[in-house]
Amino acid sequence: MFEPVEDVVRAGLRRWTESLAGGDLEERLRHVSRPENEYGVDPFGFSLDYTLSAVAPLLWLYRHYHRVKVTGIERVPPGRVLLVANHSGQLPMDGAMIGVAMLVEGHPPRAIRSMVERWVPSLPWVSTFMARVGQVVGTPENCRRLLSAGEAILVFPEGARGISKPFSKRYQLQPFGLGFLRLALETDTPVVPVAVVGAEEQAPAFANVRPLARALGFPAFPVTPTLLPIPLPSRYHLLFGEPMHLSGRPDDDDGVLERKAETVKAAVRALLDRGLAERRSIYF
Amino acid sequence: MKPGVVITGISGNLGRTLTRLLHGRERIIGIDRRPFPGRPPDVEMHELDLRKKKVEDLFRRENIRAVIHMGILHDPRMSAAEHHSFNVVGTSRILEFAAKYGVKKVVVLSSANVYGPSPDNSNFITEEAPLMAASRFAGVRDLIELDMLAHAFIWRHPETRTVILRPVHIVGPHIKNAPSNYLRLRRPMSLAGFDPLVQLIHVEDAARALVEALRPEARGVYNVVGPGVIPLSALFRELGQRPLPIPHPLARPLLSRLFRYRLAHFPAEELDHIQYLCIVDGTRWEQEVGWKPRHGMRETVRSVLDEGP
Repeated sequence: MFEPVEDVVRAGLRRWTESLAGGDLEERLRHVSRPENEYGVDPFGFSLDYTLSAVAPLLWLYRHYHRVKVTGIERVPPGRVLLVANHSGQLPMDGAMIGVAMLVEGHPPRAIRSMVERWVPSLPWVSTFMARVGQVVGTPENCRRLLSAGEAILVFPEGARGISKPFSKRYQLQPFGLGFLRLALETDTPVVPVAVVGAEEQAPAFANVRPLARALGFPAFPVTPTLLPIPLPSRYHLLFGEPMHLSGRPDDDDGVLERKAETVKAAVRALLDRGLAERRSIYF
Repeated sequence: MKPGVVITGISGNLGRTLTRLLHGRERIIGIDRRPFPGRPPDVEMHELDLRKKKVEDLFRRENIRAVIHMGILHDPRMSAAEHHSFNVVGTSRILEFAAKYGVKKVVVLSSANVYGPSPDNSNFITEEAPLMAASRFAGVRDLIELDMLAHAFIWRHPETRTVILRPVHIVGPHIKNAPSNYLRLRRPMSLAGFDPLVQLIHVEDAARALVEALRPEARGVYNVVGPGVIPLSALFRELGQRPLPIPHPLARPLLSRLFRYRLAHFPAEELDHIQYLCIVDGTRWEQEVGWKPRHGMRETVRSVLDEGP
């Protein structure tokens, strides 16, 4: 029913992407091509064509709204890798900005995968959008499979604890889950710590209305100055650290794993501190 | 006399396709409640209910080298009791006779539907995954019970080389199952904003898989996939249909009413298939028998519209 409209919108967005990214984007993106079938999707539902259209508004935000500055992206090694970042800002713009950075500034450019909450597949449109731009449900099985296929995966070990925290706790890392660590050990995958500076200020939350969140089935229901969840134009700085090669048994005691997770957390912490110390202006 | 291959449910579309493939290579003994029109004269046919005494006589009398069990009923309109009795009692009888009369090979046709579509699913489901389908759709309990009966049989009777095949949605000309019927609708209902990936297999490929399963080295549970994955929306485009998107909170009550008043052929629970993923990993079958479907994606999709041979 909406297909003709959809096609026009997608073509328009595609042109927007091209004008924002410059002519060499197409050339650069040949590198990210994945084995797609005759219907243009890879086995996980990722579609490069769809992504090139869908990325336009994000690319605009990246260049002109959040004015993202990137440091150390060349440290991301080729092949399978886990990008471990702090999570903040009520809306997952941090994930989107890291994704755009890897796509337009990566050496070589990469279309990263991230692991989404299990409620995402039950949301109309959002579920389709997420799948076509390469996001998958965060089951350990999915993660294992993507890593063995040599993909780059973005994880936020703080999860909802990080993204939904109130403004008073900005830049305080919440406890890290251990799932990413077990997978890194099991598949011998390097971990690249990533710090996101600027996302905390995009949507300062005064409170989280838990009963409302529960009633709606959302992970959180934040109260922000903009009421509706519109991110404010804070400047972003993404800092990528040196790859960390962790070793040990994935089925070790949680205590042992927690100590290893602490080292990753400390690396993210150090990058965050550096980014905050270098920051001259939050919004301007 | 050459040892025979018993095929239950032989009169269905898949059974007839399988008969074409095996004809001339094996001595075929068919069992079905329905007649088999146009059956080759050398195919021995018994119009029998699997629960009848005569089925055992057949096993006692004949020299049987293998059983391919597809005598499974899927009719959402039939009473749950009759449905259950036919499927579960029928299957346990067949397995019991296979063990009692020393049949060396049993192939049971299950389905990838046993896992069930769900928002929690991994993108690819392996054979070890729990069979969760019944938690959302009670109508598939029979199928799960049947699969588990066969599973238990693998371990209880190691002397029989038992294979359970869990193929993805079987489609093809004349096939009357839910996915094929759905794809033939001119204005199919879709769920607004949902476009899950789906997997299809051509009926001839499904029949070929059943033939492959007769090979002695095949043993255990296997997911069987066709030519890959395709978004539901691409299926509609390929078939030239214009789906009618309905908001999902409305679709369920709407379809359950339509079904109750016999205005629709699908129970509301089937909507999960056009909302969530149920994609299986067919690697084990591919590696152990060198499986490759012969029909490509476009051909498989378009086959639902074919008139057939």
